[in-house]
Amino acid sequence: MNTVAIKDLLYRLADDDLILGHRESEWTGIGPILEEDIAFSSMAQDEIGHAQAYYVILNELFGEATPDALAFGRKSDDFRCCQLVEFPIGDYAFSLMRHVLYDLAESVRLESLTKSSFRPLAELAKKLLREERYHQMHATIWAKQLGLSTPEANQRLQAALDFAYPYALALFEPTVNDAAIVAEGLQASEAELEYKWIEMLSQLLAESDLRLPVVPDKTVRYGGRQGMHTEHLGKLLAEMDEVFAIDETAVW
Amino acid sequence: MLTEADVYAALEEVKDPEIPVISVVELGVIRDVIIGTDGSVVVQLTPTFAGCPAINHMKENIVQVLTAHGVVTSRVDVMYNEPWSTNLISPRGRELLKDFGLSPPPAFDGMLTLEVLQNAICPKCSSNNTFMMNAFGPTACRAVHHCRNCRETFEQFKPL
Repeated sequence: MNTVAIKDLLYRLADDDLILGHRESEWTGIGPILEEDIAFSSMAQDEIGHAQAYYVILNELFGEATPDALAFGRKSDDFRCCQLVEFPIGDYAFSLMRHVLYDLAESVRLESLTKSSFRPLAELAKKLLREERYHQMHATIWAKQLGLSTPEANQRLQAALDFAYPYALALFEPTVNDAAIVAEGLQASEAELEYKWIEMLSQLLAESDLRLPVVPDKTVRYGGRQGMHTEHLGKLLAEMDEVFAIDETAVW
Repeated sequence: MLTEADVYAALEEVKDPEIPVISVVELGVIRDVIIGTDGSVVVQLTPTFAGCPAINHMKENIVQVLTAHGVVTSRVDVMYNEPWSTNLISPRGRELLKDFGLSPPPAFDGMLTLEVLQNAICPKCSSNNTFMMNAFGPTACRAVHHCRNCRETFEQFKPL
């Protein structure tokens, strides 16, 4: 078993979910309508729960630090999340579009992970995939409803998509461990997942009167999987880690 | 020393803190009970939703209840293998949910389809002429639906 490759994969999965979950929680209390306030808060709770489940595997099976220490005790360049999840919530159009891009990708990835040769991950993926169905449904309904509503709504979604897409492609950033991950049957290749995601996304965008942006390869915002992040991550961590930095044993 | 049946009977006292009418046994989250030769008890628990904050309360309550029944050493292990599904809620558990005002989750085979997610029976008037208002509700496990028949808005325990 290639533990380096599995750990790398687990950190990517966990860090994406943790950081996106934290961002989504920033809608609590200020959602554009009550239902969306609740939806983003609930999805945040799910994502952070998923991150915790991955950190538990890292802790219990690979001897990494405790889930709390992994979440709150690492520096920006220790994180393996993609840059898409780091951005502040922006306007609702951006948060919605990021959620669409992210949760479709997560569904494709989890589907592949249910067949992982690493049993604990396969079992967990089966569970998380069912929860993801609700995220996917939420994303799909809102993309269509707003995409097909007023010209302003459509334009704002399209602008958010144009901005977010080069970052979303980096959800599938190739890493040095990819070959081992595929060879050991841990997960399908990033390229294969990306292909399936684009297929699914294209269909949804067509149904929502939105266009898939054209992004030259060299402008894809890679780097997150190697620990290179936007300035936003450092600021987010400074806030998120504040209590832990003062007292690691603090309880709520 | 407690038998496995004794432990299950004791666990009936441990309720879901967010839905205090239903026990962890009826909820279907107890995967296994292992009794050691020294009388120690290990309870295997599988979470409903991975991010459910009630898990820690359930774990603590299980240990408390077992201690009250004379178990000196007990532990709760959280497991993800054979993940929990709402199909595991017992028939009595479903009745309790309905009495509590929560529409019980529809049973489903294999894939969780959009049709299953949107299908809810009104706990007030039992009509199926309902629609989903929000896939998310006050807790991770609840969705909000509306009944066209009796015009009540109600919560459903989400199928998972």
